[in-house]
Amino acid sequence: MTVFNTPSLEYGALLPILIVFIGAVIGVLVEAFVKPSMRRFVHSLLTPAILVVALFQVIANRDTVTTTAAIGSVVIDGPVIIAQGSLLLLSLLALLFLLDVDSFAPEASALPGSEEEKRAIAAGKQQTEIFPLMLFSVSGMMLFPAASDLITLFVALEVLSLPLYLMAGLSRRRRLFSQESALKYFLLGAYSSAFFIFGAAFLYGYAGSITFPEIRNAVIASAGNDVILLIGIIFVSVGLLFKVGAVPFHAWTPDVYQGAPTPITGFMAAATKVAAFLATLRIFYTVLDGAIWQWQPILTGVAIITMAFGSIVAISQRDVKRMLAYSSIAHAGFLLAGVVAFNKEGLESSLFYLFAYGVATLGAFGIVTLIRDGQGEVTDLNRWAGLGKKSPAMASLFALFLLAFAGIPLTSGFIGKFSIFSAAYQGGLQSVVIVGVLSSAIAAFFYIRVIVLMFFTDASDSSVSVTLPTRRSSIGVWSAAIVTVALGVLPTSTLAFITDLAIFAR
Amino acid sequence: MESAMTLTSNTLVYFVALPLLSSALLLLLGRRADRWGHVLATTVAGATFVFGLIELFAMVGRDEYSRAVHQKVFTWISVGSFQVDAALLLDQLSICFVLLITGVGTLIHIYSIAYMADDPDRRRFFAYLNLFIAAMLLLVLGDSFLNLYVGWEGVGLASYLLIGFWNKKAEYATAAKKAFVANRVGDLGLSIAIMIAFAVFGTVTFKGIEEQAESASQAAMVAIGLMLLLAAAGKSAQFPLQSWLGDAMAGPTPVSALIHAATMVTAGVYLIVRSNFIFDNAPTAQFVVVLVGAITLIFGALIGMAKDDIKKALAASTMSQIGYMVLAAGLGPIGYAFAIMHLLTHGFFKAGMFLGAGSVMHGMNDEVNMRRYGGLARYMPITMVTFGLGYLAIIGVPPFAGFYSKDKIIEAAFNLGGTKGIIFGSLTLLGAVITAFYMTRVFMMTFLGKKRWSDGAHPHESPFLMWAPMVLLAVGSVASGFLLYSGKRLEYWLKPVVDKHGHSHEEFLSHTTVTTLALSAVAIGVAIAIMKYRGDVPTTAPENVSPLTKAARRDLLQDDFNEAVLMRPGQALTKVLVATDEKVIDGAVRVVAGAAVGSARGLRTIQSGYVRNYALLILLGVAVLIAAVWVITA
Repeated sequence: MTVFNTPSLEYGALLPILIVFIGAVIGVLVEAFVKPSMRRFVHSLLTPAILVVALFQVIANRDTVTTTAAIGSVVIDGPVIIAQGSLLLLSLLALLFLLDVDSFAPEASALPGSEEEKRAIAAGKQQTEIFPLMLFSVSGMMLFPAASDLITLFVALEVLSLPLYLMAGLSRRRRLFSQESALKYFLLGAYSSAFFIFGAAFLYGYAGSITFPEIRNAVIASAGNDVILLIGIIFVSVGLLFKVGAVPFHAWTPDVYQGAPTPITGFMAAATKVAAFLATLRIFYTVLDGAIWQWQPILTGVAIITMAFGSIVAISQRDVKRMLAYSSIAHAGFLLAGVVAFNKEGLESSLFYLFAYGVATLGAFGIVTLIRDGQGEVTDLNRWAGLGKKSPAMASLFALFLLAFAGIPLTSGFIGKFSIFSAAYQGGLQSVVIVGVLSSAIAAFFYIRVIVLMFFTDASDSSVSVTLPTRRSSIGVWSAAIVTVALGVLPTSTLAFITDLAIFAR
Repeated sequence: MESAMTLTSNTLVYFVALPLLSSALLLLLGRRADRWGHVLATTVAGATFVFGLIELFAMVGRDEYSRAVHQKVFTWISVGSFQVDAALLLDQLSICFVLLITGVGTLIHIYSIAYMADDPDRRRFFAYLNLFIAAMLLLVLGDSFLNLYVGWEGVGLASYLLIGFWNKKAEYATAAKKAFVANRVGDLGLSIAIMIAFAVFGTVTFKGIEEQAESASQAAMVAIGLMLLLAAAGKSAQFPLQSWLGDAMAGPTPVSALIHAATMVTAGVYLIVRSNFIFDNAPTAQFVVVLVGAITLIFGALIGMAKDDIKKALAASTMSQIGYMVLAAGLGPIGYAFAIMHLLTHGFFKAGMFLGAGSVMHGMNDEVNMRRYGGLARYMPITMVTFGLGYLAIIGVPPFAGFYSKDKIIEAAFNLGGTKGIIFGSLTLLGAVITAFYMTRVFMMTFLGKKRWSDGAHPHESPFLMWAPMVLLAVGSVASGFLLYSGKRLEYWLKPVVDKHGHSHEEFLSHTTVTTLALSAVAIGVAIAIMKYRGDVPTTAPENVSPLTKAARRDLLQDDFNEAVLMRPGQALTKVLVATDEKVIDGAVRVVAGAAVGSARGLRTIQSGYVRNYALLILLGVAVLIAAVWVITA
């Protein structure tokens, strides 16, 4: 008689992920059983509640360190706790904009411009699946950095990606454009996932195991010199670099950032980076550390090209969302500097940078949702001229976020850039630091150009109006601004907190 | 040295916080506070004075080595090993200043209520006065150089705002700017001194530096000392940064009395005395201090002889008297207490005389030219008496205040011994002669002789609110010297702070000899002045005078010197730099920017919008990565 052993799952450690996942499932049930007029209201209570409960569970778990959760498939350690906490906070912030502005298609299944769509608009419908989709994505993101074997990693990657593909296509206005970008995102995402799973297969073939600890042992044993292993590393890297938007795997970023509904763009830019970079850091720091001499030069090259490319191309952008997309590419390059630094400071500074950048990004995209004319958001930069006179508060806050992106002191961006570059310097990568600082200087040019445009250029005829931010949006924008300044002026306690927790468990 | 115990307090912060809050309130409320602003400001100033008295009595009640109280307000800077608390220290030295600042400050607040009664901006004036009180108290209460620096900059700001208070007149605004710039030079010295101190000692608190002072390198101590001296010269209008003080008289007269006579300008003396542990270990710097003091005391006195503007004459005299103090402070432990004593007595009589000058101006339609005064004693008896008592005090007639304090400085200078002692002692005596001369000149030209004013003027005594403070200050001019001197009261009081090791000094000249010499000097000066100004004084300044007088009228050419040596080369340098900036640096930036924009245009063509191209790009990327790995591992 066979004895059935219950697998050890360590529910406590997994609980934050499970809460969000179950919340997403409940969200789907809401879609199925609650009458349409009530759905939005129910979601507006349910979704934040789920996120807050999960956040409390993360806080309760803050001292948990385990490598055996879910029979060894999941690691919960300090960096994961910080990543999950950051993700939940960023999602809550993103939710403020998601709930506030009517950014989403009334009925996704209706053809753009069709009678059906007009009827849906007239009926005041709105696609509310956004909320469970977002929760699914968040649960995937929370699992991604915690995965401890290749299969879990891949599943988490897909769980976080698939909802994003859908959400990117749900824009209320310029729907064809939005759907096109979603399709591009999906096709390229599938393409890169193929590389990723192919690479995973190579790694399995090389190590004979899918678990991270055993792959690590195998890598150390061979000192990293094995064709199968190297191809595995490269292909897995491609999947990860695609998600973070590093050059030359970045091409989807501008199109998708521009096409997706703006609150989703903000969410995508802020939260996906946290998840993807933490997973990247875990893999390179704790699994492939034996092959550092092989991957470090390559990633260094990618980091340098990414920083320079993102900063330079951003100069010629005329659309604010595309500009922010290229800025996010440049930031991916800066964050890669933290990966190649390969030291504890690299991990710490990346964790700080990810959160600080995420908050500023959400704030910036949040403001983009508020700059409108009769047809909806105005993202053409030329029409932002003179915004400083019309809406000094919003223009000043946008300027603040841009200065944070540029890394000007007294904003979180400065502390982030400073710590990440000093980590890279300590890691012996002077070339990255030099290119990083030069790129920052170039980047500052186009950030400040926007500030000049807003404050020192007279408004043209085709002027834009700022919709009065409702309470949720203004809470979102202002709290992002407060966090950005607070992390810039008094970073000490946050840095100390991160320093205490930022140790990968193997 | 016995171990000094420092008590902690949690009320010191109110010294700074109260006037600061009141100032902020008056500025923020604007016109709404016009009706009661001056009352609030004066009440707050008075309250700080009462508070100071309470602290003094508490302090007197404790034994000699546990008189200081300390309060940490909050941790200000904490970066690695650089730790600075915003903390206040009230000890025997700072309480002297606290009482001077709040006491004289309160009187001047009261005076200003009447003096500024017709000014539409009186509220703003009082807001600045309170700001000044707060900053000055922070300056003397800070427990580290960095805290002091905040107050130091604060008083600079208040001084700038008050000199330029009537900034609608372009020349007044220029005077404010001049004071600001000259002060900046000094401030730079202070900040460099702080940086050196941190580099050498790893701390900027007075206590921390004092503990390590004796083991520090001579070069560092001299460097810090000279930089502190530069700072002191800027704030206290000492040579070579003295040029701003005369122009600063553009401010309302109460400001001249409070800031540019009694308190702020003496901050440099405070700085030197407070840093006694640095100067005592840096004899070279100490000697330069004495030298600067001696030069300034003669320099100021010479200018004072030639000025016809009553306020400028008094300003020159201030410069000269602070020269005495700086000289005394440079003499080391034997001089610190006398520097402070002269500072306190000077605070009374000079503030009193400035208020007197203000009172005269008030009655003479803001006329400042003494050649147009004359015979005012009859019309302004109270002003004449109070001014006269201040006059007797400053020239050093016993038993008035200046006699005790100046006498001791002269004595201490002679007691340096050797050639140095004779030279500096003689200079202080010469200074006493000239002081007696020019002060007698001022007094006679203003109050005695025939009337020289035009028919438009109707001199009259000032209102009660104005003469009451003058009377109180006159009492101080009479009594403060004796009170501080008798039984070496101030010397013993300050000993735990400035003379911990109990220096003894030999007497080069006996006390009686010095007193005799000093009194003869005063008599000579007064006699010459009486002879010269006994008769008629022309209403316009005579032109056929010696080159020295001409130079003295132009402030001994200090502005011409600054213009020729600093301003013109500075402007030329600026022009060159601007040209370099535009042609070379901006040119390079433009080239780089052009290149960046060009490459941006090129690179963005990659973004074709076709998924197939993007996928191809990814594939190419993978190929490149594989090739790179192949190269690396091969």
